[in-house]
Formats: sequence, C-alpha cells, structure tokens
Amino acid sequence: MPEPHTAVDEAVVDRTPADTFAAPIGITSAVPDTGRAEAEAAKRGIRRRMPKLTLKLASGLVLVVGITLFGIIAPFFTQSPTFSGNPSLQPPSADHWLGTTKLGYDVFAQLAQGTRGSLLIGIVAGSIALVLSVLFGVLAGYLGNWSDEILSLVTNIMLVIPGLPLVMVIATYVPGRSWLLVAIVLGITAWAGPAVVLRAQSRSLRAREYVAASRVAGERAHRVILVEILPNLLPLLTAQFLFAIIFAILGEAGLSYLGLGPTGSITWGTMLNDAQTGQAIGTGAWWWFVPPGLMIALLGAGLSLINFSIDEIINPKLRIAPEYTRRVRKAAREGRGVAVEGSIA
Amino acid sequence: MNQPTASLEARNLVKEFRLRNGLKFSTLQAVKDVSFTLEAGRTIALVGESGSGKSTIARMIAKLETPTSGDILLDGSPSGTRGRALAAYRGDVQMVFQDPFASLNPFHSIEHHLERPIRIHHPELSRAEVRDRVLSLLERVRLTPATQFAERRPHELSGGQRQRVAIARALAPGARFIVADEPVSMLDVSIRLGVLNLLAALQREERLGVLYITHDLATARHFSDEILVMYRGEIVERGPADAVILDPQHDYTKRLLEAAADPERLGALRDEVRSAG
Repeated sequence: MPEPHTAVDEAVVDRTPADTFAAPIGITSAVPDTGRAEAEAAKRGIRRRMPKLTLKLASGLVLVVGITLFGIIAPFFTQSPTFSGNPSLQPPSADHWLGTTKLGYDVFAQLAQGTRGSLLIGIVAGSIALVLSVLFGVLAGYLGNWSDEILSLVTNIMLVIPGLPLVMVIATYVPGRSWLLVAIVLGITAWAGPAVVLRAQSRSLRAREYVAASRVAGERAHRVILVEILPNLLPLLTAQFLFAIIFAILGEAGLSYLGLGPTGSITWGTMLNDAQTGQAIGTGAWWWFVPPGLMIALLGAGLSLINFSIDEIINPKLRIAPEYTRRVRKAAREGRGVAVEGSIA
Repeated sequence: MNQPTASLEARNLVKEFRLRNGLKFSTLQAVKDVSFTLEAGRTIALVGESGSGKSTIARMIAKLETPTSGDILLDGSPSGTRGRALAAYRGDVQMVFQDPFASLNPFHSIEHHLERPIRIHHPELSRAEVRDRVLSLLERVRLTPATQFAERRPHELSGGQRQRVAIARALAPGARFIVADEPVSMLDVSIRLGVLNLLAALQREERLGVLYITHDLATARHFSDEILVMYRGEIVERGPADAVILDPQHDYTKRLLEAAADPERLGALRDEVRSAG
C-alpha cells in the first residue's frame, strides 16, 4: 500500500524546512554590490585549495625561494666563475667568500652559476616529466579500452627500464652534452611512475557522476579532461612536479659526478665532480665540495616540505594526525588520557 | 514544444556486459528486450530492485552506454549516436543523476554547471543572455536569490539544493525529455517530496516527458501515469499506475508491494525479524 504522506498537496513546491535551514546567514540582507561579491567568491575558492601556511610550508618556501633568488641574482654580482687568475685552493676569506678551487676558480661564483644551472635542469626536466605523465596517465585513464592498453603498455615498459643506467647509456652516446639535453634525458626517464598514479586517479574521477553529467550535457572529450578532471588533479600534479624537480636535480648531480653531466655548463653536480677529480677531500678543501652538496640537500628538503603540505590537502587524514597526537598528549598530561601510548589511525 | 507526436521510444533494447574472470569470459544480460514509449507531458516510472537493469536503461537513453541491440527513437526517428546528431539528441533528452553530492563538480561554481549546457546548445547567445538564462533557471527551481546561488560552489549547498541545481542543469539545454535516475534516493526523507513536487510542477509547465526510475512504489504511484516493473532485466508488469499498485498480477510486483513499509504491518515485520534472528 502507498504510504500516507503521498496525499500531501502537490502544489506545495516551496522550500522544505531542511532547505531553509541550510540557507546561509546574510543572504536575507540587502543584495551587496555583485562585482565585489563575485571577486570575494573567487578568492574564497582559490584560498580553499591553497595549503594553510604552517611552519612546515613556511620553512619549505623560504628555502626554495631563497635558493631560487640566489640562483637568479647572485651570478650578476660575482666574478666570472671560469676566471682562473685567483690563487688556487684558498680557504674562505673576505676576498673569496667560499675560497677557491685547485684551478683558481672562485667557489662562490661557481656556486651561484651552478645554482642557476641545476635549477634550470630541474625545472625543464620536471616540466617534461609532468607533460608526459599527464599525456600518458590521464589519457589512458580517461579513454580506457584500447587506448588505455597501448598507453599503459608504453608506461609499464618505461617503468621497468632502470632510469639511471638508461640515462648513462644515452649520455655516453651523445658527444657534446648541453644542459638542455641532460634535462630532456632526465625528463623522459622520470614520467612513468607519476603516470601510473595519474592513470589510477583519473580512472576513478572518470567514473564520478559529474563527469557523466558533463558528457550528458554535451561536453567534448578534451573539455571534459581539461575542465572537469584536471582541476581535481591539481594538488597531485603539483606534488608530482616538485618531486620530479628533486629527482632531476639529484639525477643530474649523480650523472655529473660520474662525469656524464652537461659539458660546458656549471651545475652543482659538475662542481662536485671537479672537487672529486681535484682530490678536494684528500687535500682537506671542504669549502669546495660542502657548498654544492649542502645546496642540493637544502633544496631537496625545501621541496619535500612543500610537498608534505600539499599532501595534507590531498589526504586530510595527514592533517589531523599531528593535531590528534597533540590532543592525546595534552589529555595524558592533564591526567585524563585514554592510554599511555596513543596510536593514531 | 506542443507537437502531438513528441515521443521518446525505446524499442527492443538489449544490453549485454562481457565479464572477464581470468581468461574466461561470460555474458551478463543486464537488459533483455525492453520497449516503451514516453510521450511529452507524461511520466513513466521504472520500478525494480538494485541490479534489475533500470539504471542501465537510464544510461542507454542518456547515451552514456551503447545498447547491444535495439533502438532509441526520438519523435519516431532513430536518434544520433555521434557528432551533430548526438548533440541535437542531447539538447532534447537530459538526465538527472542519483547522487547530488557526486553529480556536481566540487571545483566549479553553480553558474558554471548551468552555463556550460546553455553555451554548448545555444552558441549564438551572448554572455549577458547566457547569464540571464542561468539566473532564470535558478529561479525556476526555486533557488533564490539566484545571483547568490550562482556564484556558490556545490559544497556550500544542501543535498536538496544540489538536486535542484541538477534539475536546472537538465533543463538548461531546453530538454523535452528527462531521465531521472532515483533523483531523491540520496536525499533526506523530509526534503524528498519537495524535490519531487518541483519536478512535477516543472513537468506540467513545460510538458516534459519524464522517465522516473525508482525502487519506491509509493512515490512511483504518486508521481507517474504508467508503471513498468523490472525484474532481472525484463519488464514483468506494466500498466497505469493505480492498476499496477492496487491489482498486481506478477509475483514479483506482489512481493515488492509486501516489502514496502506499511504502518499496519510494522509489528508483524518486527516479530518476523526477531524470530528469524
């Protein structure tokens, strides 16, 4: 038998109490200037997607922005990094802030130029990896069927080829290696891992009803991908981009250390290679190898810290965890703790 | 809009899914030879349990799935499957999805959701005209003040308000037929009737043809002219709404009616559950 409530008058179409209750406060007041309201709404939307400024994020940003500015500005104020007229193997002094190398190069000038070189390689390689992983991952995930099989096959092949040996093989075959070539080689060996993650994620997004709804509305495939799916992948893409930069800079340092780095340009890796061939450790010239090594470590740490903050947007559980531990600890201190060693879900 | 011949017809629809289990393949017949005709201004309710194939029919009519065989005819002629013909079909046939929390993209504003279908199906309109239409759509689904709802994001709206947006989106291209796939099953009981009545009022105003998919016999009777009962991919019973409810013929319909909550039988149900446990 039909339920009795179906007898309610059909003409009553107005808001039900639940809907009225959900209407936000302030709507009843006079309509404000729409232009300003729109700008505010846009700002609110963007801010919602930004990570909260925590100590973690702030220190990461300071490190990365500081190193980037150093790489951009410092080379204009130092002497030429390839000027060899200085006395060789001088420890740090007022004239040479970070001393000189065996060939009489100023280490500070080299570091400034090397920062620029390493960052360029990192950003170019990261961008290449990002574009390729989006192309293979998102398309495979969205299109499905045969396109998915083919794109996944290529991804999986790239995934199982060990990256560094391949890079070494390519690097040894090419005689004059510019920094751009090294960046491209690093980029095309780094995209497979992120592509697998993106494929899985976009397969899941593709099955969401709002994607089906936009298809029913008549959106074309490229617009569905660019407007409906990609924005929801943004945090993930940012994290992957930053990680690809770290990977490329470390990869370049490794290659250069093996003598397979870019010829004719200065990076942190080539500085380390020079220090090694110049027996910097044997002669105790710490000022030669410590600065580039430290820069790599600091940039890696800075980018990772930013990445952690982005991770907290993707996975809100991570955001709750520290707060939760703090609360448990506080409760324990006040003598109303649940357990001595609180575990976090 | 008031053509007497306006109709959306499903003729001998069949949908088979190929399932893979290791190296073995098997075929699942989700929909077996289903036919019905939906006329402008009328509502057909498609009732059945989960997995009976009713949502597959909805997705086939919304052209999200391709039928294995059979045809979907709009105004008597076969409907387009790609390109311009498909776009024209989508201008006439739209869908309201089940879950209002999933069917709106959290990244975009309400205005974006309504503006896109208008832009796609009416590229000749200017920016201001599109905006006017968006606002009037919001007013038609009783989301006022429209300017404020337009710039909000889905997460700032309640479930009932979101489903109203979804209905407005389906109306945006100027659709004549709407497939509503369990449009109120994810909403609180208290606001279901409001959304259903809104749909009914809009239907009367525009002479829409509505295919109402549900598992709730009570709202099906309240809301529709004709009821089709589906069981395992087949239509086992069909007829005018009251006839099907008051005088069920098929065993499955009878069981469905018995399973529906009935205040007079609540005690019996409790005893049954307790004695079984």
